[in-house]
Amino acid sequence: MNRVRGHLEKPSRILAALVFALTTGLAFAQANLDIDTPAIRALTDAMKARHTELTPFYESGAVGQAASGNLVLRDAAQVALPQRGRVNGLIAAENADRAALYREIARANNHPEWEADIRATFAARFIERAPQGWWVEGANGWVRK
Amino acid sequence: MKTVGKVAWVTGMAGVLAACVTINIYFPAAAAERAADRVIDEVWQLRKDAQPPSAGAEKTGETQ
Repeated sequence: MNRVRGHLEKPSRILAALVFALTTGLAFAQANLDIDTPAIRALTDAMKARHTELTPFYESGAVGQAASGNLVLRDAAQVALPQRGRVNGLIAAENADRAALYREIARANNHPEWEADIRATFAARFIERAPQGWWVEGANGWVRK
Repeated sequence: MKTVGKVAWVTGMAGVLAACVTINIYFPAAAAERAADRVIDEVWQLRKDAQPPSAGAEKTGETQ
């Protein structure tokens, strides 16, 4: 009995070491993504400054969080005519910054090919995290949270 | 013969585990979600909406 156990010990020890090494590697792979670069910070600062201007349009339902990870003017009638140009400008600027943000995060983590996955992840989080009253694009179209 | 079987088994298991790791390295979805949440916290400033506990509402649970 003892001889059998002794015989099994070595491979199982090797396996335990392998499992440890690989799960450590797994933990590494699941470590945080780097979002602390000058380019990313410049983008988030610009988005933060723009956010106060966009908030009333999120709340009125004029602008919604699209499934694409962009902003969309979903109800222009909610915007007074003189303001429409301003809203369109804000949306275009925000979408340009979001696109740059997704690209920069992928690049900062040495995987430019992750850009589309990062966009999809952000799209889902923007929709999930949107406060009550905002409009978001779900699987079955636009809904008010 | 037994040893050959075990080596094959260990190699096989290592291969399976390596495959799992490869999938995770491909796109770290959980890490990306955390990154997105950090950015959203920063840009939308949602955390500031949460009311900090007032100083008067201190717990006096520990009695002598």
